[in-house]
Amino acid sequence: MAKVFIDDIEYEVPDGKNMLEVCLSLGFDLTYFCWHPALHSIGACRQCGVINYKDENDKRGRITMACMLPASNGTRISIEAKAAHDFRAGNIESLMLNHPHDCPVCDEGGECHLQDMTLMSGHNYRRYRFKKRTHTNQYLGPFLNHEMNRCIQCYRCVRFYKDYAGGKDLDVFAAHDDIYFGRSEDGVLENEFSGNLVEVCPTGVFTDKTLKQHYTRKWDLTSAPSVCHGCSLGCNILASQRYGTIRRILTRYNGDVNGYFLCDRGRFGYEYTNSKKRIIKALKRVSGTYQPIENGNVFEEVKALMGEGKKVIGIGSPRASLESNFLLKELVGENNFYGGISNTEGNLIKQVINILKKGKVKTPSLAEAKGYDAVFIVGEDVTNTAPMLALSLRQAAKNKPNEEAFAIRIPLWNDAAIREIVQERTGPFFIATVHHTKLDEISSGSFYGHPDNIARLGHAVAQKINNNLPSVPDTDRESASLSSSIAEALLAAKKPLIVSGTSLFSKNVIEAAANVAYALKEQGKDVGLIYTVPEANSVGMTLLSENFIDDAIARVEKERADVLLILENDLYQRIGKKDSEAILKRCNQVVAFENLENETTNSCDYVFPAGTFAESTGTIVNNEGRAQRFYQVHIPRNEVRSSWKWLDILRQDLQTAEAKDFDVIVDEMIQKNPELQKIKETAPTADFRIGTQKIPRSPHRFSGRTSMIANINVSEPKPPDDNDSPMSFTMEGYHGIQPSPDTAFYWSPAWNSVQAINKYQIEVGGPLHDGNPGKRLFEPDENRQAKYFNDIPSSFHPSNDELLVLPLYHIYGSEELTALSPAVKERIPQAYIALNENEARRKGLNAEGGKVEFYYQDKKWELSLKIDNSLPDGIAGLPKGLNETSGIGYPFRTKINS
Amino acid sequence: MLSSIRTVWLVFLHMFKKRVTIEYPEKKAFLAPRWRGRIVLTRDPDHNERCVACYLCAAVCPTDCISLQATEDENGRRKPEYFRINFSRCIFCGLCEDACPTYSIQLVPDFEMGEYKRQDLVYEKEDLLIDGQGKYHGYNFYRVAGVAVGVKGKGEGENESAPVDRKKLVP
Ligand code: SF4
Ligand code: SF4
Ligand code: SF4
Ligand code: SF4
Ligand code: FES
Repeated sequence: MAKVFIDDIEYEVPDGKNMLEVCLSLGFDLTYFCWHPALHSIGACRQCGVINYKDENDKRGRITMACMLPASNGTRISIEAKAAHDFRAGNIESLMLNHPHDCPVCDEGGECHLQDMTLMSGHNYRRYRFKKRTHTNQYLGPFLNHEMNRCIQCYRCVRFYKDYAGGKDLDVFAAHDDIYFGRSEDGVLENEFSGNLVEVCPTGVFTDKTLKQHYTRKWDLTSAPSVCHGCSLGCNILASQRYGTIRRILTRYNGDVNGYFLCDRGRFGYEYTNSKKRIIKALKRVSGTYQPIENGNVFEEVKALMGEGKKVIGIGSPRASLESNFLLKELVGENNFYGGISNTEGNLIKQVINILKKGKVKTPSLAEAKGYDAVFIVGEDVTNTAPMLALSLRQAAKNKPNEEAFAIRIPLWNDAAIREIVQERTGPFFIATVHHTKLDEISSGSFYGHPDNIARLGHAVAQKINNNLPSVPDTDRESASLSSSIAEALLAAKKPLIVSGTSLFSKNVIEAAANVAYALKEQGKDVGLIYTVPEANSVGMTLLSENFIDDAIARVEKERADVLLILENDLYQRIGKKDSEAILKRCNQVVAFENLENETTNSCDYVFPAGTFAESTGTIVNNEGRAQRFYQVHIPRNEVRSSWKWLDILRQDLQTAEAKDFDVIVDEMIQKNPELQKIKETAPTADFRIGTQKIPRSPHRFSGRTSMIANINVSEPKPPDDNDSPMSFTMEGYHGIQPSPDTAFYWSPAWNSVQAINKYQIEVGGPLHDGNPGKRLFEPDENRQAKYFNDIPSSFHPSNDELLVLPLYHIYGSEELTALSPAVKERIPQAYIALNENEARRKGLNAEGGKVEFYYQDKKWELSLKIDNSLPDGIAGLPKGLNETSGIGYPFRTKINS
Repeated sequence: MLSSIRTVWLVFLHMFKKRVTIEYPEKKAFLAPRWRGRIVLTRDPDHNERCVACYLCAAVCPTDCISLQATEDENGRRKPEYFRINFSRCIFCGLCEDACPTYSIQLVPDFEMGEYKRQDLVYEKEDLLIDGQGKYHGYNFYRVAGVAVGVKGKGEGENESAPVDRKKLVP
């Protein structure tokens, strides 16, 4: 602890901070631009000027930048002194000399850090009478809008984009007051995290282009705390709507998960919720066409089909909440419930869960992953399968070189000095994947091979760490030396991190990664082990499932089922046409609960409109076993509702039971699945109140309430109630600091921008006031005797006539729902089949782009050739989940022809 | 008794005073230009809609009776897709006019808006938009703003210099 004096009052503050952080944490309103809690200080904008005094006798002091002033014992500053005030107002006046007269048409307006800081500094009238410097804008792709005139040269954008996210195509150009932040020429911003510029840039230079299509000010948005459904990491988001459509996604700060950032799939992939293909009414098929089920009980007919003695089976979904999966399981009975993924995938996830539950190695959170100093990725293209993990790993890669700076006593917050010393250097970072991945650019050693060879490399590394493990037979020289250097680097590290996942559908890979981690643990290392899984609730659904889709197919093949209930799952996309038809044909009646029209809903007898994350409340479990609650943003004016609500209605009909509220269903679920106990603690129950007040979803400045639907009826209806959460759908409620899982927007007097988050944290950049939301269901136990996996696969030998086809992942396209969003769609690559040059030549193919034919499940597929020389011999790669490649199960073997 | 007579007398005297009431609707009252009556949306000197759909009027409205949705034309010029005022809620406080950064929304000296049905007091953009500039002449927001949305090019606005060449490094 250090004692500092701010305006002559003494404060005890933690060591190793700078004065700006300290002031903000103490609740002072001090202006700043270039400092960012995740990017730290560079002292560029001069906006955080304060007076620094030598000691109590120094009455004059000198102006110093608070963000560059260490908060060491005895530091004495004044924020309030007139000279400090004048300095800050004057500084902002100069930053604004060229600022355009844009606020009314600027998308940042109303949540603009520059507006906030200007007011806070006291500068209000423009005195400068000369011409304003102007800039032209650039086209930056479908995600971001560029309006360069508004720049105040704080450098945050390039510092985030280049230094933090590893981007290459955003830079600063020109000189003096002409400086320009953009690309060398117009074009799509390539980095997967570019969307964060919307929040990082304190002005309206970079704004959300998808929001622009249906622009709404922050104060008019009704938002809900939610969890991204884009991948298994479960980043926290704020989803916002106006007039019944979702308008944008912002980061919801969670110091344990995604912190201040999101990936572009998560941020811009929401637009499918507004799609014309949404199912908005309960439908039934009447002679080939779908007609709304009018009047009366929607489940009348379904109920009759499901009566006594009928064989009913249900298929769950890894993109539906725990509650929905649980209710489906309840409804059809334990033995008739099938997890909605292939058996291969199900078993892999079971294996991962097993390691999480029974292991003795810690699975760090996304945020903790940033703290490791050596990384070994075993078979996962992290940038494309779990994007934000790649961002965390990029930070981890800096830890080793940073130590050099710490050694000469440069504190972490002094980013300018650290960058100067470290430059582009990165720490030990090893990657074993099927083909070249983006993180290779920071790796100290990369290996490309068949999943079995990746596993063998892993086993070899584990063996070098623990000599008692069986050695890997027939290792070639190259892998032997690579495994030695990986083992050496991991052993030399203080905190090595092993990353793996299910994306290659290889149990061997998962086991090899665990072995490396166990071996390091035995050497006394503070090792971390992270697995990524395919979808948002893969872990949650698998916890509830004993059997999976292949079991269901086998079952209906044996005996027909009367009714099949499908929960939020497009079988065609997941298991392909052949298997889907196999199962659908053997069920007399098929009932689907689905968000959007797809091939499966087109072959159902009844379809009920299920809510996406935007219209549903529920709990999902991420890859580390963290259960997190997401809330519905609004009650749409159609029949869409959470799947579990539909299932509950159906259950009421069948069992003439009472309608159950969300909390009751959660209790019921916990009672039957005690390992889910902690779900209760993820968020307050629906009867929670602050005093007597609910928690509002809209800010107090929300406008248009007596007008927005006056065209339909001039008398305003009562706003809808939310029985599933302590939140209201309006601005009524408690506007102070709310419980962290239930905070729908960040706002504090004088802080309208996202940076109001400072006020919600115990100390800036730290945890939220009542802890970060989400509860981990499993924790490792050091004393457990975790067994090594002894199955070392033999080396893969390419065959002469057949190719092994493996999935290659794409951040835009490989996830089913986000891929339907127009902005994301623009970034989806052309479908291809990738081969290395060797292999292509051997097959008589040479021209990139040439047509390649192959067979999968007796069907002919035709794709264009892409040469990827990093792919090993004997292996072909297909982009996972694109329209052209949907329904393919990996891995498979095929012959190809040109 | 005496006071009653006095009252009658005073009333009688009033017959010779100047009338303060007028024979409305045959005669109209004088309303100052700044009188706050019916709300209109005006056009800029180039005859385009002035409203840039900034939502400030809606935000400031104490009865929340203004709602709108922003949209953009092919040049990126922002304007309201719809703009609605529920006059059955409006209290004619004029705060929207105060807040409007473009002189678009103005209160005009007209109060003859009586309706039999409350629903008819809901005005849409078509009902609100007038042909002229209203009380404030000559102002076109897009000539002053920095954005180039078909009204002027980058650097061609009032008080702007030509865009910088970002490949130039001359000090
Ligand atoms: S960046 Fe902020 S201050 Fe500048 S025009 Fe936009 S809203 Fe106004
Ligand atoms: S573009 Fe934004 S983040 Fe970048 S320097 Fe300008 S104001 Fe700062
Ligand atoms: S990393 Fe995954 S969970 Fe996080 S924002 Fe991206 S898609 Fe969503
Ligand atoms: S304040 Fe003026 S410009 Fe803004 S939305 Fe209202 S009428 Fe339009
Ligand atoms: S925030 Fe301190 S100089 Fe920019």
